[in-house]
Amino acid sequence: MYAIETNNLHRIYKIKKTKKSPAKTLVALENINLTVNQGELFGLLGPNGAGKTTLIKILTTLLAPNSGTARILGLDVVEQPDAVRQQINMVSGGESSGYGLLTVRENLWMFSQFYGIPSKQANQKIMELLKVVGLEDRANTKSSDLSTGLRQKMNIVRGFMTDPRILFLDEPTLGLDVSASRDVRQFVRRWVDEDSHQRTLLLTTHYMVEADELCDRVAIINQGRILACDTPQALKRSLQRDVIFNLIVSALDESDFNLLKSMPDVHLAVFKQQEGGAMLELALQDDASLSTVIAFLTEKGSRILNLSKREPTLEDVFVSLVGLSMKEVENGTAS
Amino acid sequence: MAPQASLHKNTGWRLFWQTVIGRAYPRIIGTQRDLSWLFFDIFFPFMSMIGYVYVYRALKAPNEYIGFVVLGGAMTAFWINILWSMSSQLYWEKETGNLSLYIMAPTSMMAILLGMALGGLFATLVRAVVILAVGSWVFQVTYAVASFWQLFAVFSLTMVALYGMGMMLASLFMLLNREAWHLASLAQEPIFLLSGFYFPINAFNFWLALSASVIPLTLGMDAMRQLVFPSGALLGFLSVSLEITILVGLSLAFLIAAYFMLRKMERLAIREGRLTDRLS
Repeated sequence: MYAIETNNLHRIYKIKKTKKSPAKTLVALENINLTVNQGELFGLLGPNGAGKTTLIKILTTLLAPNSGTARILGLDVVEQPDAVRQQINMVSGGESSGYGLLTVRENLWMFSQFYGIPSKQANQKIMELLKVVGLEDRANTKSSDLSTGLRQKMNIVRGFMTDPRILFLDEPTLGLDVSASRDVRQFVRRWVDEDSHQRTLLLTTHYMVEADELCDRVAIINQGRILACDTPQALKRSLQRDVIFNLIVSALDESDFNLLKSMPDVHLAVFKQQEGGAMLELALQDDASLSTVIAFLTEKGSRILNLSKREPTLEDVFVSLVGLSMKEVENGTAS
Repeated sequence: MAPQASLHKNTGWRLFWQTVIGRAYPRIIGTQRDLSWLFFDIFFPFMSMIGYVYVYRALKAPNEYIGFVVLGGAMTAFWINILWSMSSQLYWEKETGNLSLYIMAPTSMMAILLGMALGGLFATLVRAVVILAVGSWVFQVTYAVASFWQLFAVFSLTMVALYGMGMMLASLFMLLNREAWHLASLAQEPIFLLSGFYFPINAFNFWLALSASVIPLTLGMDAMRQLVFPSGALLGFLSVSLEITILVGLSLAFLIAAYFMLRKMERLAIREGRLTDRLS
């Protein structure tokens, strides 16, 4: 039995007519077929607006699909929502749940009561988890007095304290600083590894490093469709026939870049203007193709200021699948 | 963090009452932590109460009318609580992200609403008692309670019916966005008039008074006026026993309606994606 299984899941949103725009339909998910094994730390990677949160909402019984089915540990999310809810919990990045006038411990206790955890056991578990995330000295601080990072740690404890079979983390490190993000990632990995027979975690993120570092398998999602699904290593290996170079050049205009992009040896190219020049990321057929690129740049009067070769990343996988970087997609389609 | 034996989790009625207590807690504790209510919920109602007292004094109305105003002033706290902290509450919970967490929890939404209602009732009772005590002392109101048992029954039933109505409205308001705030504003003042907060409702014609009786406070206050003031019975709309019977009916009707409406609205909200505002 899979921890999570979806079959041809489809969801649209109807956007009401406004003075400025007519009524329209937005396809949020299109025929999503996905399986997540028990004990897996599974990542959904995609830009903002890709459909990640919609998928999580369906899996957590907060939204009904228009068609298709979704099952959690074999339970249908539409037909058996009460049974599903006993198995799950969810934490979203940047959420401001709870009540500001309650302390951290009181907020967590309140939520524990909605899961039927006896008070004594709940308080014990809360203090234990607060210690793990380094928040025990703030247990009696009002949650309205917490910084964004500390509040997110409180939310993380809220999700984990009920010991769910399946935990959904929707952009858990959104808005956190580097150190807090690292703490959260370490905690998440440890939680799954400690009891991988019982615990499954589905994480959505648009941070490539997060997906790469944490997840056993990753599904890349864009515009409501799953474009690829495999281990991060396998996804990156699929690009390894290409050689990836980062170049900083003195100057290059967009039309020249388009010419460069259309060269047969250049499989993928990303271009970003920056102060004093431009940054290029190129996936080339082989090392020898670099000489063709250098010759082209020299011909266009563009000096190479820096050149480095690197291993493919999940960002490269995304670019190879979508044709644009995740940032470019977000700038073009952010909703 | 060592792996632990799985947590014991209560289900059924234990879970239901744990949820009620859990959700009531922020409201009860809020009375101690946020003292702004002393100003907004005591001082402001007191000001409008003083206005009515002076109108009656200027008209040389019988002294008991001052008592009606003090009683009505105390009861306004409950109506404000129903509008702003019950009916609109699920809308606010949606805005803060709590609503989706409530729905996703393996507990009953009725228990969440009941917790809100009991917590709100407790907090408002404190406000009402303060207004009643201070108002009675300042304006020298005297009471002559005809039957404590009937008074207790009327007050309890009024609260059950009123908070039942609040629970029902909460489900309706859940589907509204900012309109919920406007609706609550719109409903505040007309109910002060229709429910006879500051005067006996038999001043209205029979049919208007009967229509206003759908709001539990109307009959509740009418019965209380009859039970605590000597001339109250002469100014009563219906007999106390009939009003008690109607309040029992209203309590049941509102609670049952709240249950079914909550289920329907939850299903509708899940189908239409209205539990949160973010799209993806």
